[in-house]
Parts: sequence; C-alpha cells; structure tokens
Amino acid sequence: MGIEKFIFYFFALVMVASATVVITVRNPIRAALFLVLTFFSSAVIWMILEAEFLAIALVLVYVGAVMVLFLFVVMMLDINIARLREGFIRYLPFGAVIALLMAGMIINVVGPEHFGLDKFAEPARHAADYNNTRELGMVLYTQYVYPFEIAAVILLVAIVAAIALTLRRRPTTKYQKPEEQIAVKRDDRIRLVSMDAEKKK
Amino acid sequence: MIALSDFLILGAILFCLSVAGIFLNRKNVIILLMAIELMLLAVNMNFVAFSHYLGDTAGQVFVFFILTVAAAEAAIGLAILVVLFRSKRTINVDDLDTLKG
Repeated sequence: MGIEKFIFYFFALVMVASATVVITVRNPIRAALFLVLTFFSSAVIWMILEAEFLAIALVLVYVGAVMVLFLFVVMMLDINIARLREGFIRYLPFGAVIALLMAGMIINVVGPEHFGLDKFAEPARHAADYNNTRELGMVLYTQYVYPFEIAAVILLVAIVAAIALTLRRRPTTKYQKPEEQIAVKRDDRIRLVSMDAEKKK
Repeated sequence: MIALSDFLILGAILFCLSVAGIFLNRKNVIILLMAIELMLLAVNMNFVAFSHYLGDTAGQVFVFFILTVAAAEAAIGLAILVVLFRSKRTINVDDLDTLKG
C-alpha cells in the first residue's frame, strides 16, 4: 500500500468518524469542533487530488471564518440542550434506514463498476513546478469573470443582510451624535443675560 | 492507485450522514445548519474528484463558487438564528409555531 493510499484511507476514516460525531454528539460546541476536524481532513483529501488552492481556501474560509462564526453563535445563545435532544432516539431508526438506503443507492451508481480505475485511469501527477492557484486564476479571471463578479456581489449582500438583521439600537444606551456636535452654534451654548448694574451704597 | 469511485463513495457516505443528521436533530437549528454545511462539503468532494480525473479546472471553479455561496448562507442563517433567539428566547423548531397555516 502506497503512502498516498494510506493517507487517503486514514483521512477518509477520520472524516466519516468525525461527521458521525457531528450529527450525534449532545453538545453543539463539540459538534462545531468535530465539524472543523471534518473540514480539515477533507482539505487533506483535496490536497491528494491536487486541488491545493481549494484545500487552503477550505481551511482558511471554513475553519477560520465560518466555524468561528458558528462557535460564537453557539456560545452566545443560552440554549437548553436537553429539550433539543427530544426525539433523537425516536427518529434514530428512521434516519438510519433512510441514510443506509440512500447510501446503498448512490454507491450502487458511483461504485467501482462505473467509475473504477479501468473506466477512469488515474491521471499522471503534475510536475513539481505546477501551480494550481495560477491555473485556477487563469480561468477564473477570463472565462468565469462574470460569475466571479456576481459572487462578490452575493458576499456584499450577505454582509449587509447579516448586519441589518442583527443590528439593534437599545433605547437605554447613550450614544454620541457627531452630527449634532459638529452642527452646534454659538447660540446653543452661550446665553447672554443683560442685568442692571448693582448700585453700591 | 486510488480510483475515482473511492472519492465518490466517500462523498456519498458524507452526504448520507448529513441527511441522517437532519432527521436526528430536527429540533436543533444549529446542528441542522452544520448538516447542510456537511452536505455542501460532500458535493464539493465530487466536484474536486471529477476535476482531477477529467483534467478540467472547471470543477474547481465551481467549488470556489459553492464555497462563496455557502459562506454567505451560513452568515445569514446564523444572523437569522440570533434574531430568532432574541425575540423568542428559544431555537427549538417546535416552539416556532406562530405562523399558523
């Protein structure tokens, strides 16, 4: 067994095991941490497939940003885990049967008789100076430049939507109003009082 | 030599695990969102495997776009979750029955 095959099967096993933990564990924080492990082993498998840029992007974007967001939200919400676990045992046989049935059907289709090595031979490895990021950039900025711009707009809309949803003004909190501070006039601050001169006896 | 079918079977197992996760954790919106992320990962695995075996970078470009959309979806989904928790003090799916129909 070559080292490549060993790495693939090891990380595939880690991936399936951690995904199983994600859907069965009681604590949502542990589920998020095991999801990080799943993404990490998936990045290793993408490295075997010579998709280096996407593997790094997966670690940076998912582990670095999305999962941290998940952890923040899980820790911010004060949730009752016991109530959320109701029905877990009841739905366990149903979910397991559905998942096994689906897995059986899909594996029947994508199994070795249709997508084995005799049908799809493993392509030759690229040379050591092959640059996956460069290859991806060459098509992304020429052929797919319009979808790329749309993806940027989608991200912008997501930022605006997420901030607009969660922004809230509390009436009890005191805020500075810079526009009023700048627009202040002399008359707002100074009051001239004209008084009669006091008489000395 | 690793066959293409090995990667596809791994993606299929991951997808079915996340489907089972949606059935098991139907009360907990956070785990549901995580299961959806797992599903997208399984699909991306297929895209990357086909991209490698067919020698076509288009599959990797598609994974790039799926990652973008999935990040946006996670951000908005979690924002909705926070707003939901603020107004109802719960994220249990069973308690979200205001909208009768």
